[in-house]
Formats: sequence, C-alpha cells, structure tokens
Amino acid sequence: MFQITRTPQVYDVVVVGSGAGGGTAVKVLTDLGLNVALLEAGPMLNPQKDFKEHLLPYQVDHRGAGAHAELYFGRQQWGFFNAPNGFWDLPGEPYTVAQGDQFRWFRSRIVGGRTNHYGRISLRFSDYDFQPEDGLSDPWPVTYEEMSPWYDKAEGFIGVTGTKEGMRTAPDGNFLPPVAPRVHEILIQKASAKLGIPCIPSRMAMLTKPLNGRAACHYCSQCGRGCRTASAFSSSQAMIFPAMKTGRLNLITGAMARELVTDGSGKVTAVSYVDKATRSEKQVRCKAVVVAASACESARLLLNSKSTQHPNGIGNSSDVVGKYLTDTTGHSSSGFVPALANLPRHNSDGIGGMHVYMPWWLHDDKKKNFPRGYHIELGGGFGMPELGSFSGECARQEGYGKALKDKIRENYGAYVHFSGRGEMIPNKDSWCEIDPQRVDAWGIPVLRFHFKWTDAEINQVRHMQETFSSIIEGMGGTVLSGRTNRSDAGISTGGSIIHEAGTVRMGADPKTSVLNKYCQSHEVKNLFVCDAAPFVSQPDKNVTLSIVAFAWRASEYLAEEMRKGNV
Amino acid sequence: MSNSADYSRRDLLRRLGASVTVAAAGENWLSAQEAQHVHEAVAQDRAAQKGKYTPKALNSHEFSTLQRLTDLIIPADEHSQGALAAGAADFIDFMCAASDDMKEIYTGGLAWIDDYVQRHNGKTFLAADPQQQNALLDLIAYRKHESPELGAGIHFFTWVRRMTADAYYTSPIGMKDLGYMGNQAVAEFKVPQEAVDYALKRSGLA
Repeated sequence: MFQITRTPQVYDVVVVGSGAGGGTAVKVLTDLGLNVALLEAGPMLNPQKDFKEHLLPYQVDHRGAGAHAELYFGRQQWGFFNAPNGFWDLPGEPYTVAQGDQFRWFRSRIVGGRTNHYGRISLRFSDYDFQPEDGLSDPWPVTYEEMSPWYDKAEGFIGVTGTKEGMRTAPDGNFLPPVAPRVHEILIQKASAKLGIPCIPSRMAMLTKPLNGRAACHYCSQCGRGCRTASAFSSSQAMIFPAMKTGRLNLITGAMARELVTDGSGKVTAVSYVDKATRSEKQVRCKAVVVAASACESARLLLNSKSTQHPNGIGNSSDVVGKYLTDTTGHSSSGFVPALANLPRHNSDGIGGMHVYMPWWLHDDKKKNFPRGYHIELGGGFGMPELGSFSGECARQEGYGKALKDKIRENYGAYVHFSGRGEMIPNKDSWCEIDPQRVDAWGIPVLRFHFKWTDAEINQVRHMQETFSSIIEGMGGTVLSGRTNRSDAGISTGGSIIHEAGTVRMGADPKTSVLNKYCQSHEVKNLFVCDAAPFVSQPDKNVTLSIVAFAWRASEYLAEEMRKGNV
Repeated sequence: MSNSADYSRRDLLRRLGASVTVAAAGENWLSAQEAQHVHEAVAQDRAAQKGKYTPKALNSHEFSTLQRLTDLIIPADEHSQGALAAGAADFIDFMCAASDDMKEIYTGGLAWIDDYVQRHNGKTFLAADPQQQNALLDLIAYRKHESPELGAGIHFFTWVRRMTADAYYTSPIGMKDLGYMGNQAVAEFKVPQEAVDYALKRSGLA
C-alpha cells in the first residue's frame, strides 16, 4: 500500500540543495541556532576518497580515458580526474528542449554540488549591473550599496584573492593576497596594456592565507579535482561539514525533492521527496523552506508544487517562474606564442586557473554594436601532461620521429588560451516550463527548455574574437582557433557555460516577479529561493559569489523574521 | 554493487577480465569508482611482475607491429628514451581491450599496413627494411597525401600518432622529456626571473 513517511520532527527550516546557496543557508541558519534539514539529491561526499588530487595519469591504467576508452570517442561527460559531482546527462533524469532550440543543462548530484569543482572565479556585480542604465533589462530590487556588506561577509568567509583597483566594472572587495602572475600571464598583461585592456590579479576563491580553520593553498593547480585540504572553497567542506558538527543539521542524501506541501493558508508545511534508494515517498516537515536546487531545478520544484491555493505552481500567480532564463555567453580562442618556445622549465602550477584576468573595460564606449560586456579568462603554462595535451601539436606538426618529438618539447608551454564570458540580455524566447508529456524515473514532471541568443550576444562574441586575436598577435603569436565566419560567431550553446540564472526572479512588483529583495516569495512568506534563480539579470560576473552573498542575506533575514514571528 | 572495499585484489582482477567481456557486449556495469579501484589493482599487479605487459586485445604479431610503429613515432634519442621503453603499445592495447571500437581501429589499421607493404614490398611491415617502413610513414603521416589509396592509412596513423603521444607524455619517461615540474605541494608560488626575462626578451614586450 502506498504510504508516505512523514518526519515527526518539525524542522525550523528545510533547505533543498547543498551547493553554494544551500550551503550558505545551512551555515548561516545553524550558526543562528536554528534546526535545519538539508535535502541533497545525490550521495554524501568523502573528499579523502572521492577527490583525485595529485594523481598522475600513469597511476591509472586508462590514464583518464575511462574504463571503456570513453574519452577517445567523445563519450566522456566529465573528466576522469575532476571532482565527481555531476553530468550533462543523468540516468533517470531527462529534460527536453523545444524543437529548433538548443540548451544543455548540467546537473550536480552530490553534497556540495558544483562548488566541488567550479572555477572559483569570484566577481562582485557592480552598481550598473543592479541598476542598468541602458533600460534593456529590469532593475534589481537592491543596489550595490545594499549588497556590498554582504559581499564583504561572503568574501571574508570563503576567501577570495584580489587587489584593490578602483574600477567601476569590477568593484573592490575584502581580498586575500593575490598570486604572482605566471610567465605567459606577464606577456598577456604587457600585450593587453598596449591595447588599453586592463589585466589585473584574478579574484579567486582559493586561500593564499589560512582562513576559518582551512589551510592555505599548496599551489598544485588541481582545484577542479576537488581540494582535500579545502583550500579552494566548496560548500561541502567549508559550510556543510562544519554545520553537521553543530548537531543542528540533519543531512538527508539521495533525496529528490518532488513538491512543496502547503496547508490551507498556502504556507509550506513540508517538503515531499523521493528517497532514491528505496523509491519511496517521504516528507520532512518544516516551518520554512529554502529552495536552492540550482536555478532551473528550483523553478521546476515550484512549478511542480501545485495546490488549490497555487494552481499555477507555488508562489507563481505572476506566471514568472521559469521565465527570464539566461546563461553566460562564451567563446574561446587559442594561440601559439613563439616567445614562449623552449621556455626555461619551472613549476607553473599555482592556483587552479588564471592568476590575472581582464574585467570589462568598455563600459563607457557608446559606439560598439552590442550592449553590456564580457570579461576575459585565460590559460597557458606547463600543464600536467594529460591524454589529448599534444593532440593539437601532432595535428599541426604531422610527421613522426625525432622531428616531432623535438617540436613537442620545444612548444610545450608556448600556448595561450582566452575565454570570453559575457552578459546575455534576458529575452522572451529563453525560458523553461514543465514538459506536459515527460516525467523522470520517479514520476516527477521534467523541464522543457526554450533558448535563443539574439544579435546582442552574437555581436558581443564577435567582439571577443577580435579582442583575442589582437592580444595573441600583440604577443607576437599566431591565432590557432576561435576565428570563425559562422553567422552565430561560434557562440557557446545555451547552458553550456553552466551559469543558468533568472528563472525565479526577484523584483519590487509582485505582478512581474516571484521574490522580494530578500529572496522571499511575495505570496508565501515561509518560502525562500537562494541560488541564481532569483537573479534579475546575468552580469558578466560569474554568479557563485553573488549566490553566497544573497543567500547569506536571505538566511539572516529569514532567521530574524522567524524570531519576530513573521514567518 | 556492494562497497568496493569489500572485495579483494584477486576478485578485482577477475572482474576486470569480466568487464572486458561484458564491455564487448556493450554493457557498462562497472561504476567509475569501481573501475578506478580495478585499475589501481592492475597497476600494482604489473609492478609485481616487474613491468612486463601481456597484450590483452591484440595478437602477438599485431602487438609487435604496433610497438614498431610507436618506436618510429617517438624514438629514443640523445635526450630521452622513446615510446617503446615508455610502454606506449601497452597502453594502446589496454585501450583496445577496454573498447571494441578501439580494437576495431587497431586490428583494421594494422592489417591495412601489412596489406600495403605486402603489395609493395612483398612482406609484412615488421619484416620490411627500415627504409621501406619509413617510406610508408612518409606517406601516411601527412594529410596532403590524402587519396583513395592512402586515406585509410592516413586516418589510422592519426590515431596511432595521437595515442602514442598520449601514452608517452603521460608516462614518467615522457614527463621527464618535457621537463614537467608540477604536481607539487609548495608553500609559496614563485616564478623564476630567468624564465620571465627569457620570454620578455623574445617577445619584444619588455
């Protein structure tokens, strides 16, 4: 007989999702003395066992190709050595894309979510991101001045490298010392300076000093594999594990949230979830809920939570849930720089990723043919030799024998890479909804995506190409990839930069937004959303730091409202 | 599947054999963690056999031919040992055992090479003179020689060259050849001034 198991305990708050937003909520709420249950759809993380940090390719027989040589046939979803945390295709968890559209959806299913592997680029949104001056997207219900103290808290806790630069497009923060630029980065800085492009120390969530009980970085550059010493920020290691020690957190793994359960007044009283291991339905009761399942997954949970009070999905009388979906624009180029050939050997690892980057520099240029802007990420150096590291070299040099061997040695470390990460303007053709015909393996209706870039994004990507070519040529190098005459300028597929945002947006007006400025539902006072879903726009600054800042603020607000009896 | 800590190394090695068979049937039943566990066990087992590799997918003629190809692609020189000593053919055979698609590429490609040399020189590639072996590689190592006659050989050589480079440069010998010095735990990240000066001087950006 079908039976729902319901917890006897009523938690103060149930948090759905354990990534940057959920982790922050758990940390802040348990610190404030609340009893919290955390639902994570994936398994527990054990960093000592799960992270493949420091493992060299030859220490694994397939060297990273996968047990069935998947890498060689394009069947590998996720690098073998990367932190084990998510996939583009999850067994039993399909999604659909409207005909004619393209969208890819990366889902993470493990404690800590994408923070176990993410690039850790930590950029504050600037004043004009919150209050756009061009009128092309709606203003946020908060200003930079209101958010600045919360960024201070977020940076002070997770630890972010950087330097004070006084640039409007890249507001200064509460920084740890930066890391010295690598050789290719020094060349890039010089070449950029000649072009009038600022290239400043990167802002990354890696500890250049010990912080909050976490050890300083040991500079192995393998942050993407997960960091056993937690010197690179992850919500699992820096927030959730410590919260478990307070005795106020009940972590429930393998729990796929199905629906927010409401009472006659429309308030949330429990979260219904599927225990994946037993495929049984359970409910965890609560006084309030923080949904932080990742932008689109949070929208899905709201849309699937229908009741008499909420026929359209909980908190969705505005019909805005699922709308305003954005991803970051992306385009990459690589180049060969002869000045770096036969470079004297040294350890160029450093922190995982770039030590310098280019913030957007043309904010005041009114002549360009696209709105908003992008920042530039970059790479190069003596990377760990991996499968595929020299495939490009082999294809360019061709031949065989000593000549090929000499060329590979000579050119090792002489390549540079640039990636543009830019702002997409929300548009009416980019959104998600419940697919009326499909359910996942647990019977939960799945999302259907609609996604289109516009000329605003495509012209921006064309500008990236020109910029990357100018920098590479300015270093005396040759452009090897990234130049294209395609009509879409080779823009990334929607979703593929893994910065989805905006499907449960905040705003001052309940008719055109779902949440207020505290990420609290306009309609359901004990419902909060704390990932990138509340974001009104997609500035060219990676969303994670802002997710932490907004979740921190929302969690403190929620605790205070509960104390006052308002929730 | 139960906890991977539960089974012994012997069990794992037996299961590896089974996984190859099952993989041939197109079924993927080893989880990533289990597979890693299996591979670590294989590495330990090989270390115990003092590095001697027994081909798992290719027959001995195919394997010897492949070894010769890898030796020609990345030879030993005054700088370092080559792909033969680094066991590049071992890795490729291991990948052939892991994937039927890969095995097809190699058994087919190696047969194409023997067939070509048989037609032109009346013997197998292995039995051919070094000049005859080089003459074939001088053709199939370049895309500009693309033709109906050579296309399959060029396509195959692209695979062997790429995977030989993969195997060689991810081996201790190849990493040393490159001068790779990373994967260390250090207290501070420093860039040698000598390297900065070298690049700045050559770039004209100083």
